[in-house]
Amino acid sequence: MDIGAQGDLIMNSDSENLTAPDVQTLESRARQIRRLVVQMNAAARSSHVGSALSIVDLLVVLYFRILRFDLENPRAGDRDRFILSKGHGCTALYATLAERGFFSKDILDTYYQDGGLLAGHADNHNVPGIEVATGSLGHGLSIGVGMALAGKHDQKNYRVFVLLGDGECDEGSVWEATMSASHFKLDNLITIVDFNKLQAMGRVEEVMNLEPFAEKWCSFGWSVREIDGHDFRQIEDALTKVPFESAKPSLILAHTVKGKGVSYMEDQLSWHYKSPNERELALALEELEL
Amino acid sequence: MRNAFVAALTTIAAEDPRIFLITGDLGFSVFEDFAGRFPGRFINVGVAEANMVGIAAGLASCGKVAFTYSIAPFATIRCLEQIRIDVCYHNANVKIVGVGGGLAYGPLGATHHAIEDISIMRALPNMKVLSPADPVEADLATRAAVAVDGPVYIRLGKSGEPRVHSGQPDFEIGRAITVKDGTNITLVATGGLVYNALLAARELATQGIDARVISMHTIKPLDEEAILRAAHETAAIFTIEEHTLIGGLGSAVAEVLAESGNRKVLFQRIGIRDRFCHEVGSQEYLRELSGLSPQHIVSRVVGYLSRELSKDIM
Repeated sequence: MDIGAQGDLIMNSDSENLTAPDVQTLESRARQIRRLVVQMNAAARSSHVGSALSIVDLLVVLYFRILRFDLENPRAGDRDRFILSKGHGCTALYATLAERGFFSKDILDTYYQDGGLLAGHADNHNVPGIEVATGSLGHGLSIGVGMALAGKHDQKNYRVFVLLGDGECDEGSVWEATMSASHFKLDNLITIVDFNKLQAMGRVEEVMNLEPFAEKWCSFGWSVREIDGHDFRQIEDALTKVPFESAKPSLILAHTVKGKGVSYMEDQLSWHYKSPNERELALALEELEL
Repeated sequence: MRNAFVAALTTIAAEDPRIFLITGDLGFSVFEDFAGRFPGRFINVGVAEANMVGIAAGLASCGKVAFTYSIAPFATIRCLEQIRIDVCYHNANVKIVGVGGGLAYGPLGATHHAIEDISIMRALPNMKVLSPADPVEADLATRAAVAVDGPVYIRLGKSGEPRVHSGQPDFEIGRAITVKDGTNITLVATGGLVYNALLAARELATQGIDARVISMHTIKPLDEEAILRAAHETAAIFTIEEHTLIGGLGSAVAEVLAESGNRKVLFQRIGIRDRFCHEVGSQEYLRELSGLSPQHIVSRVVGYLSRELSKDIM
């Protein structure tokens, strides 16, 4: 499908960058991170496990293949920036950062606990690797625009990646930011939408229809690609081809499944709220066997 | 005050490459010099205040000193949550500049009046709140805001404010300026009403009341020492602000006095009572209606003192 004379909306072709063993490695990392996620949410009895599972594959490719950073110096000025604007998916980010080596996995046990280091929404104060504290929706993209503007001004090569939820796109501030990113020609800004089609009160199309969603981004001046957000080759291919066009911000509309990886959670709204009990956790870990 | 702010910022920006100015499509015929000299550091985000603040926070996270600019209610309340989280929670080096504090946009109506901004900004952790009295203080407040790391709200008047200071006073965030010494009572004013307080003090002098006048240009952190000194050295304290009586300068001073253990000092707040302004008129007219003119301040002070104060202090 092509939209616009410039081919703004480009259907993805499979990447040739990833070998079969690469894919296997990513799959195994994703399973390990999903195991950590369900364990954290179960131990904490916290919500949003479905929201976290939905973005794991995207995070795995970002943190193990795409983002440029220095683990020894995670605040280095030239690093790529990543903002989890849907801060409620934080257990996936925490687990990914620990798995990647930003901090010890022991810290994951403190998630949601009294005196712990990891809050129920992404917080940049206590652990390295988190750029921005989020939790209130519709904030991340504007901050990303600011970072991208600074990068352009300072003639630095870093990229800014912002991961949005689909329900989050109901926020007007998202569209203020979207408009400004193309106005300022920020081709160093990449937004990924975790389009799992479920938001807090129901199906996105029933609560607040976003369609025609990809076309909205196109018409706001972004160069858009749609991918399967659980297909490592497609994720990798899209992320290595940014910017899709020069002088334009890039939007990756990632079709995902809420609760991905745990059969009884997949595409189930209730897992926006519930946390797995002992029996459900055992079942999830069985399905996520390494 | 607006021009003094822009002139100061332009001067600083020439020396300090970290300075960025982000406007929500306001400042026509005000920012041309800045924009012409530093085009890469002048950003008009359009009429989108939430985005303006988020962008400023993003710039600040990359080492910039980001000034946001709009009419005071839009610079603050319209984008309050972005200020709360993106700026204050991250202790980001963002300076929020609101033009038209109080009733400065008089006939444009209540949408453009800023009469709750001080209390709301004051409630935010990490936020400092500055409210300069005149163009001299606006210039100094701008420089002081750059010199301090972290969020600052600067509440400006608009244009044509009379000068309170003939020279350059010592300006330090959190330290009040005594504009006129006095021994009987203290008028603690902020913003453009410091001038009215001075005029009122002159009139009070003719009636035998020697009033100290303090410019409380920093509402947060508040100069508690100056208040306690006034409570100790003078018999009554009056706060004067172009702002709701709920949560602003008067409340801040009351909090200090209530916990000070001083049971002797008399205290009254002069400000805007808990209502929107539906009347139409200039700032001067609306100040008059709100009891903020020099004459109103005088009669309020005299009336209160004559009821409350014993003859020997008078």
